[in-house]
Amino acid sequence: MSVEAREARQPWILLSPALTAVGLLLFVPLIFIVVYSFWLRTASGADQVGFFLDNWQEALTDRFYRDILISTLRIAAITTLVCALMGYPAAYFIARSRGNKAILLLMLMLPFWISYIIRTMSWINILGVSGALNTFLMWTGLVSEPIQMLYNEPTVILGLVHFLLPFMILNVYVSLDGIDMTLEEAATSLGANRWEAFLQVTLPLSLPGLAAGGLLCFVLGAGTYITPLVLGGPSDAMFANLVFEAIITQLNWPLGSALSLMLLAVLGLLVAIYNRYLGMAQLMKGLG
Amino acid sequence: MRSTSGLGWHLIRGWALLVYVFMFLPVAVVVLLSFNDSQFGSFPMTGLSFRWFVELWENEAILRAFETSIVLCLLTSIISTTLGVLASLALVRYRVPGANAISTLLIAPILVPEVVLAVALLLFLNFLGIHKSFALLLFGHVIFTLPFVILVVQARLVSIRREIEEAAMSLGANPVQTFFQITLPLMLPAVLAGALFAFTISFDDITGTLFWKPGGVETIPTQIFAMLRNSISPEINALGTVMIVMTVGLPLLGVAVARRLAQRSGG
Repeated sequence: MSVEAREARQPWILLSPALTAVGLLLFVPLIFIVVYSFWLRTASGADQVGFFLDNWQEALTDRFYRDILISTLRIAAITTLVCALMGYPAAYFIARSRGNKAILLLMLMLPFWISYIIRTMSWINILGVSGALNTFLMWTGLVSEPIQMLYNEPTVILGLVHFLLPFMILNVYVSLDGIDMTLEEAATSLGANRWEAFLQVTLPLSLPGLAAGGLLCFVLGAGTYITPLVLGGPSDAMFANLVFEAIITQLNWPLGSALSLMLLAVLGLLVAIYNRYLGMAQLMKGLG
Repeated sequence: MRSTSGLGWHLIRGWALLVYVFMFLPVAVVVLLSFNDSQFGSFPMTGLSFRWFVELWENEAILRAFETSIVLCLLTSIISTTLGVLASLALVRYRVPGANAISTLLIAPILVPEVVLAVALLLFLNFLGIHKSFALLLFGHVIFTLPFVILVVQARLVSIRREIEEAAMSLGANPVQTFFQITLPLMLPAVLAGALFAFTISFDDITGTLFWKPGGVETIPTQIFAMLRNSISPEINALGTVMIVMTVGLPLLGVAVARRLAQRSGG
């Protein structure tokens, strides 16, 4: 074999274990659940192989699933919006701060490293019946009985914001940090005031970061089932909870496959639109 | 007028401060309550005590979950880092046709919602005869952490200059010697960063783990989740504190070690 041919083969040898893993553990399984979604769970508990449209009919026409899909998208959208409103100024502060940016960023990354389940349950300590807030309110005498503030949609959103905010801040920060500060100064020297300069120069230039952060918050938020289980009430189930129910509790794997694919299609569409207009590179910058 | 003065800047700084408080306060309360002497995992604080940490140490279920977590994360980290480093080397060091498409394929596991990944893997491997087991957990954790390793390692590999290797080769080292004596030591911080990242993500995972774990086997996050079903006990807060120390302490330690290594290798 010639040297060139060997040289050309080397990267493929290095890539093959990872590509095999992704192929066998992600792509083939995804194709498999497409097939599985057309099987049927019978009363005996066995899955009947075949081509049945029942699961898809149930998943696509049952109002119950549609309503939960819509409320899942609504919760994800509100979460993303709150993350943007809270995160943008914070990212701007870090990017423009004259202090130690590395420390400011590290401080932000610390909660990011702290366990998701711990951070989620920590809100019970704050908002629970005997949590910090109720204890404080009782102490001040504002209320005489503890108020149940947990287990509703706002607390689910609160938990999600707490979980996803670092993704937003990091992405916006990366994008703000790459903007030449003299551009804003040029705008002000040409007569724009600070606010106008921000609106017309900095904000548009940072939109890719905002979009990347937004996409991450939305997709991660819409795919969660742990937060609603910990911080939500019985009626706050999100779409991923339905998948979990179907697969783990009811053991209806064909229906669970169809529901998973529905979630994948909706969120995949968003990722595809994002990729079409902004490309994956921005997203990778924020993750890397 | 400088950019860091004026009313607007003060407002932004105040807002950022509130965001930091929002991020840290609940976590700080967990740590505070874990030292609470009271029977209940809540306010008021009745006194400082280490008793919940002692009880944690004596709790069989938690110790078993801890062991499972550590073994799972170590294996995940080793496998994921090996696969990730090899793939990153190929992507950074060679001209691969369709490199962008390959990169996207390799990070696909984090573009697919984790619930969907979890379902697909569970159903497919079950079909192949691999039922809910430690092996399934390991496969799941590897595929889920691999993209993160590739992203982290690739980002760091780019900064290693090829000329150093070429110099070694031109001075008579063969490719294997060059790899082990030049490339690997230079890559070590990137490899460690990737391994640490994989470990931490694996240690924290609950979304996929709940789908893949066999009955009776718990990792630390699923154990906490199971304990939450009752009510919030002081033990959960103590366990939370231990996890916070681990998940925050490990990366900080990693950064310190990486710095040390970088300095020693003449960076």
